[in-house]
Amino acid sequence: MSKRLMIEPVTRVEGHAKISIYVDDAGEVQSAQFHVLEFRGFEKFAEGRPFHEMPGLMSRICGICPVSHVLASAKAGDQLLGVEVPSPAVKQRRLVNLAQLLQSHALSFFHLSSPDLLLGMDAPPEERNLFGLIEREPEFIRSGIRLRQFGQRIIELCGGKRIHPSWGAPGGVTQVLVSEQRDEIASWLPEAYRTVTSALERMKRLTESFPAEIAAMGAFPTLFLGTVNEDGSAEYYDGHIRIVDSEGNTVADKLDPHRYHSYLGEASEEWSFVKFPYYKPMGYPTGKYRVGPLARLNVADRMSTPLANRELREFKQLSVGAVCESFYYHQARLIEMLHAVEMIEELVADPELLSPHVRAKAGLNRYEGVGSCEAPRGTLFHHYQVDHGGLMTKVNLLIATSQNNLAMNEAVEQAARRFVSPGNLTEGMLNRVEAAIRCFDPCLSCSTHAIGQMPLRIEVRDRSGRLLEQVARG
Amino acid sequence: MDRIAARPRIATVWLGGCSGCHMSFLDLDERLITLAEKAEICASPLTDIKGFPPVDVTLVEGAVANSEHLEHIQHIRQHTKYLVAFGDCAVTGNVTAMRNLFSVDDVLNRAYQETASPVVGVPSGNHVVPKLLDRVRPVHEVVKVDYFLPGCPPHADEIFAFVAGLLDGNPPRSDGRRFG
Repeated sequence: MSKRLMIEPVTRVEGHAKISIYVDDAGEVQSAQFHVLEFRGFEKFAEGRPFHEMPGLMSRICGICPVSHVLASAKAGDQLLGVEVPSPAVKQRRLVNLAQLLQSHALSFFHLSSPDLLLGMDAPPEERNLFGLIEREPEFIRSGIRLRQFGQRIIELCGGKRIHPSWGAPGGVTQVLVSEQRDEIASWLPEAYRTVTSALERMKRLTESFPAEIAAMGAFPTLFLGTVNEDGSAEYYDGHIRIVDSEGNTVADKLDPHRYHSYLGEASEEWSFVKFPYYKPMGYPTGKYRVGPLARLNVADRMSTPLANRELREFKQLSVGAVCESFYYHQARLIEMLHAVEMIEELVADPELLSPHVRAKAGLNRYEGVGSCEAPRGTLFHHYQVDHGGLMTKVNLLIATSQNNLAMNEAVEQAARRFVSPGNLTEGMLNRVEAAIRCFDPCLSCSTHAIGQMPLRIEVRDRSGRLLEQVARG
Repeated sequence: MDRIAARPRIATVWLGGCSGCHMSFLDLDERLITLAEKAEICASPLTDIKGFPPVDVTLVEGAVANSEHLEHIQHIRQHTKYLVAFGDCAVTGNVTAMRNLFSVDDVLNRAYQETASPVVGVPSGNHVVPKLLDRVRPVHEVVKVDYFLPGCPPHADEIFAFVAGLLDGNPPRSDGRRFG
């Protein structure tokens, strides 16, 4: 009979989840599972609604990365119209996508993960949060809050609203950017550069303090999947899919994102509401892959901007092949933030960004479309089918975080085996298991969040899941 | 009306929603620092406090969509002086309640049976994941709500004005204002 330790809820992640750690009779950790508890059913209730409504509706999948859903949805809509999106609209979409990457990564690094990194994994839990850092590291946290604000402000200036902007639409965007707005964006850039470069240097120094965490918080071989340009540079809005293995060999390249279903499958399990995507040629569950910042840097040959490219070259020195330690998601995220700031600077210097030609209009010309982009947490796919009147008949959504599901489960198990001594539990041990999850920055999108009655419950269950014994620990 | 403590305790919770209301809370930006001086942010997705200690104010994002939400919101109500339906999903059910047009089986089949392969299992109410309720409900259908703060999401300025007013002893008038 095995015992189950539960961490519920997993905190400082964007969503509602819990972790089960199964312990054998000898008191050793046997296995662990990461359960995602949210479910809302967008695939079903979108049916019968007009496709023009989708960017606004799909935005509500996630309040952290709404822009990604607006973009993937608008891009699927572009295909239904069969139009080419005007260049100024593409530039505005790129700008807002990067702004969201910046705010979302800032949230992950400064607000959610830096308490572990700066205060320590064993720091008292009542202080180990954003508000504890406000007392202990006020300038650091203020700079992070303002960096997130910068990203949110760009979204607000372009889309009229920071969260769920009514802005992206099939064929382009709905609003024209004016010079005062562009100038405000430009005025934030020097501070953003300072914040990101100093956080990146600090993260690199901090890394030396976490050798055990680097080695056992999701350090294992998997495939990595991300979007690149023709020249192999990292790409966030368009481009093709590349997959590399843990040794850095290219497994597949120039894959068409519109045909994602020919190489990516999704399994479902009863113990999590998030599905388990896998690389089809390797089958389930062997075809485990990771997406997001670490994966994007592993698949890319270069970054298209100079400062981020220099950081990428240094990053690639961490390993002979791909960087397989999930702890390095943090550093990868900071390199991407630097790239985003450089790209934003480039885009706001482009006079075409202010052109009023931001939308191509057409009626329905196709009945199926796939929109994809790189969301902060990885590659996102929206797949729509519509009837002759443009009403949705079928929707499939392949969400970024779900693609890390197999890897997150392995990371939780690895961290539990390495850090948790069931006979002698400490809060810091369990926090390390949660911190393994925080590396991935999962957006359990659009999630629910529960309040556990007890800080930790130990449940003894038989194989059918029947509760035999329950012990509460504070 | 209960008095708010000298250093009030605020909790924020997430039920069935997209986290956008919590993100709008973070859009207080540097006013978060002001708020942290006035109040203690305890149980919240942003902190590691796993239990739910008695608090003065709880902002509840999201609708009541599954069996765990139902248990939790009742527990929260008992331990909260002022419970605030925070954002449209909490106030009216909003997007989270759009699945009410279909049966739970139809929604689950669409999301798992028809799109996944292999289907090793379908998550719906077992010893690890909660059971979806037949009907998603706004918070006030389940427990008494003291204040409604609508919006998808509510604007950060409104959140600040509301919370600061409540903490300063000037709570907004709730009589005659009812949503959902």
